[in-house]
Amino acid sequence: MAANGGSENNATTMERTSDRETTVTRTINAPARIVFEAWTNPEHFKRWWTPKSYGMTIRSCEIDARTGGGYKLMISHPQYAPEPMPFFGWYLEVTPPSQLVWTNEEGGEAGPVTTVTFEEKDGRTLIVMRDLYPSKEALDAAMESGSTGGFEETFDQLEAFLAAGG
Amino acid sequence: MVQYSAARLDASFAALSDATRRGVLEQLERGDASITDLADRFHMTLTGMKKHVSVLEHAGLVVTRKIGRVRTCQLGARGLDAEAAWIEKRRRLWEARFDELDKVVEDMMQKEKSDGRKRRE
Repeated sequence: MAANGGSENNATTMERTSDRETTVTRTINAPARIVFEAWTNPEHFKRWWTPKSYGMTIRSCEIDARTGGGYKLMISHPQYAPEPMPFFGWYLEVTPPSQLVWTNEEGGEAGPVTTVTFEEKDGRTLIVMRDLYPSKEALDAAMESGSTGGFEETFDQLEAFLAAGG
Repeated sequence: MVQYSAARLDASFAALSDATRRGVLEQLERGDASITDLADRFHMTLTGMKKHVSVLEHAGLVVTRKIGRVRTCQLGARGLDAEAAWIEKRRRLWEARFDELDKVVEDMMQKEKSDGRKRRE
């Protein structure tokens, strides 16, 4: 990939990287400290975490991005969650500007631990985000419960809403 | 039975981890094709394409049948399984998020630049 490539080169990939892990990657045209700030400062975070095209609204957002700190997002959807639903967890590791690790507690014991790394090269940042589930069964179950098999936009929105925490 | 299905799933994910093989599935969604057609379309040797098709076949994503000297490929009954659909939907959500993030970081960099100018003035 060209170092100065435009955003059209910044493909978002996602795959199942093991029987209990999924990985998402994307390159962003900004240095790691800016990207890290956008993930840990609520003012910036709430502008991008709930894409308008998915119908979600972030009602409130508390982020205490320190190792051992917590976060809590309240997210609503006109159809699926007229009353905002909480998504919350703990930061297991915060290493500015290169790594964040947090738990997803709303999923109970089956919730994944999310690890995001920011790797800067030539002023651009490669984001690698891994969701590690407690077991293969937990990831399989997440996939099954999220698989409505529907093609309608609304199903996509519901699944996206359920995935809003991570 | 469960064991068998888990092995199938693993095979599916391995099969889908390759861009050419995902492309072959997309192509077959539009209609059946011979291995020669597929090799041409993806600029590959016949042997290379045969290998890809055999991985897809092993995962149950593609079935092939030989008529005369031509081996024709079509989508397996399983098609793109639910897990692959789940991953694709999640990927789209992340793509939408990252597209918004692009705008946010651009604003942040603009602001940093103009703040830097102010400080120097």
